[in-house]
Amino acid sequence: MLEHYLSLVIKSIFVENILLSYFLGMCSFLAISKKVETSIGLGLAVVFVLTITAPVNWALHHYFLEEGALAWAGLPDVDLSYLNFIAFIAVIAAMVQLVEMVLDRFFPGLYQSLGIFLPLIAVNCAILGGSLFLVERQYTFGESTVYGFGAGMGWFLAITSMAAIRHKLRYADVPKGLRGLGITMLLTGLLSMAFMAFSGIDL
Amino acid sequence: MSILSKKSKLALTDPMISNNPISVQILGICSALAVTVKMETAIVMTLAVMFVLSMSNTVIAALRKFIPNRVRIIVMLTVIASLVIVTDQILKAYVYDISKQLSVFVGLIITNCIVMGRAEAFAMQNPPGKAFLDGLGNATGYGIYLIAVSIFRELLGSGTFLNMQIIPQSFYDSGYLNAGLFVLSPGAFIILGLIIWFQRSTTKYEEA
Repeated sequence: MLEHYLSLVIKSIFVENILLSYFLGMCSFLAISKKVETSIGLGLAVVFVLTITAPVNWALHHYFLEEGALAWAGLPDVDLSYLNFIAFIAVIAAMVQLVEMVLDRFFPGLYQSLGIFLPLIAVNCAILGGSLFLVERQYTFGESTVYGFGAGMGWFLAITSMAAIRHKLRYADVPKGLRGLGITMLLTGLLSMAFMAFSGIDL
Repeated sequence: MSILSKKSKLALTDPMISNNPISVQILGICSALAVTVKMETAIVMTLAVMFVLSMSNTVIAALRKFIPNRVRIIVMLTVIASLVIVTDQILKAYVYDISKQLSVFVGLIITNCIVMGRAEAFAMQNPPGKAFLDGLGNATGYGIYLIAVSIFRELLGSGTFLNMQIIPQSFYDSGYLNAGLFVLSPGAFIILGLIIWFQRSTTKYEEA
């Protein structure tokens, strides 16, 4: 059982990196990856929020929205799965708010360092994407939690390595039209090619 | 066009090239890449985004005087999510195969930065008619990139154009191979990077 979870973590961090092979969370990735410190902050916040929202959304889908999920309430024929999107995004927004309040109350240091990035996470595609993937792939509760954590770690890894590369890039003489977004896209392509080397790994 | 005043025409055409959401505003790249393996999916995605973006802009612009400033994000998300649900149901009903291929990316239109970005930056300050044109223009600008990337990826990666075989069989017989890299994710990043380079050098746009 443990091996199964371990293999899922490895798979979601390296083989199916949520950013480099599913392109999720690109907007904040491109905007934030200019500095290493801020990328680490945002990356940690994403890991945190994904690990919490994945199991919560799983429970929501499994006990309320799935076809036949309302059988416990005496409504076995009801299929509310079309409400998935709106329910998930509401949960994510609420969770981000909750996490923000808890951090502010108990870990003011961490809260200070994350700053503006916490509220921004609500509209990060990686978070909603994680929840939608766990429905599509029909993960169990344990798998969803592990997948949420792994996907977050993958995103964290990608953004910090990109920030490190862009830090070095400051001393490079890049052609005019390619500066900024263009060269970042090309570098992301190379990074994603490097991550392809992990494909096929199965524990 | 005489129906449109000069200003509203600008709202429509400006985001198509010189103020493109993808290459200049850097919005909505998340979904731009994932759906571009085939042109078919790219076109369906463009139409879906066009519908959602122009409708959400119109609705939010119409409601802009009634939305309290402090809860505007939630209101916007609700409007957008409802429109995306409608789109998803329509796609599932009429083009089921393509909707299966698009998988989670239709749902991800909700968090597509273009939709939120335009609602926040344009629809909250402008009347519905103009906001509709702005939404349509931005979605078109987004679609141009989506389709451009998908043309290259499909041609180089699978040798087809809209599922029609373009590279003749004799090429394959004499040892030509499809470049599998372009079907995979690195190909998308690299092609988009090159297209952005081209667009920025022609329009002389420079990042600050």
